Amino acid sequence: MSNVRLVPMGDTCLSVMLDDRIDPAINARCVWIAARLEQEPRAGIRDVVPTFNAVAVHFDPATISRRDLDADLRRLAADAPPSTGAAGDLIQIPVEYGGRVGPDLTAVAEFAGCSERDVVRLHTAAEYRVYMLGFLPGFAYMGSVDERIAMPRLDVPRMRVAVGSVGIAGRQTGVYPCDTPGGWRIIGRTEVSLFDPARTMPFLLKAGDRVTFVPA
Amino acid sequence: MAALSIVRPGMFTTVQDLGRWGFQSRGVPVCGAMDHYSHRLANRLVGNSDQAATLELTLTGPQIRFENQTSFAVTGAVFALTLDASVVDMNRMIEAPAGSILRFGERQLGARSYIAIQGGVDVPMVLGSRSTHVLTRMGGLDGRALRAGDTIHTLTGVRGEGREVMTSPPSPLPPLPSSLTPTRIPDGGARLRVIPGDQRLFHQLASRRFSISSHSDRMGYRLEGSNVGDVPAAELISSAVVTGAIQVTPAGQAILLMADHATTGGYPIGAAVIAADVPRAGQLAPGDWIEFEACSLERADVALREQEAVFGGR
Repeated sequence: MSNVRLVPMGDTCLSVMLDDRIDPAINARCVWIAARLEQEPRAGIRDVVPTFNAVAVHFDPATISRRDLDADLRRLAADAPPSTGAAGDLIQIPVEYGGRVGPDLTAVAEFAGCSERDVVRLHTAAEYRVYMLGFLPGFAYMGSVDERIAMPRLDVPRMRVAVGSVGIAGRQTGVYPCDTPGGWRIIGRTEVSLFDPARTMPFLLKAGDRVTFVPA
Repeated sequence: MAALSIVRPGMFTTVQDLGRWGFQSRGVPVCGAMDHYSHRLANRLVGNSDQAATLELTLTGPQIRFENQTSFAVTGAVFALTLDASVVDMNRMIEAPAGSILRFGERQLGARSYIAIQGGVDVPMVLGSRSTHVLTRMGGLDGRALRAGDTIHTLTGVRGEGREVMTSPPSPLPPLPSSLTPTRIPDGGARLRVIPGDQRLFHQLASRRFSISSHSDRMGYRLEGSNVGDVPAAELISSAVVTGAIQVTPAGQAILLMADHATTGGYPIGAAVIAADVPRAGQLAPGDWIEFEACSLERADVALREQEAVFGGR
């Protein structure tokens, strides 16, 4: 079993921190811990946020003592199976690559020293893991992008990236859930909405899901 | 049901409640009142539940016409208030006759005031909250700040939690606990208690006075002054952050995260303001000074319990 540290952030958040690296097995344990906390809610816990290698538990210290919470989280972390087995949902996202909606596809092809078609082939060949959501409602950090097309983000972010834009930032890929400034290399766009609060299921993705991109 | 007409919106006035909790795992920021103490006090003064939505104004006040007889209270940043020709007090319930107009004069202290209307502001719940998040146009009135000409409705005859229609004249409100006093509104600056994070960064944050930059909003305050040096070079793996966290960018820019902050971040955290002091942080305006002092978790718990006791405990 790997190291588990409990680290307070301020007085209303306690983070369960696993090994300091990005790894599907470590992330799966984080997702497992977060899922357990959602299935068996504790009074005083306000929010549970699994990330790459940690689970942040936002709590109200006036309702739950930090000592009880600390012990509870340590138990859960110890219970988390080394390989959780449970694979998340598999979601397919159709993407229109290149042209006006993928202004950085050419640059990524140059970076990789291959054709634009090869970039699309490499981006659609992999099954990506949703490691975490953050930045904006519904925005998923997914990995890992093939090293050949893992172009670093722009030095100067764009003032506006359109909703649905599909981007690459190093070995991560993601889809912008709304119009926003952003620095990822935009290679295409999808019509699929990642976040719509009016839907019964407002969010398309959750941590632990698997995603493939297909040419639209 | 009462209606309010926004004659002038003020600089930045939004609908807020205690926040949109439970969706940070999906990247949804919590939002909610920046000074949730004053928000709760305003609600208590008019007999609303703490969760009822209020109007949060920023630096300048709106001008509001009450279309029906309405009870309201204003808390938080200190302004001279008039209702038609009469001077009215902050921090108490006021009866506004139909057609009367509430005006805000010069701001005297603090940054944000809260206007609670009896019944609470009636806008649709989005993911369990009425709080406005302007960046994603979520919640509040069409996901935006108020404009001149807007009409705000209130929930019907609510006392406490109920949504029932008021059929008889309201009974007198129960007396408020005498302990329930307004937040101490900062006068030009505040020294806030923090739980230290990264030790090297914390010592730098605690040893100097910053000022709140004009590039500050509900997402966060940029802290001006000498830049923080010695920022750890290694890029961190993104993880969750909290309201009150003070992150430091590689360039040494310290940023105090506030209600609308993104749910996760990749910068090192030098310290985080304790929950009991976050409401005072919410009352800081651009140009105000800010200092930090270390606090233990035990003392933070005591401070929060004392603040909760003011509202009758939990």
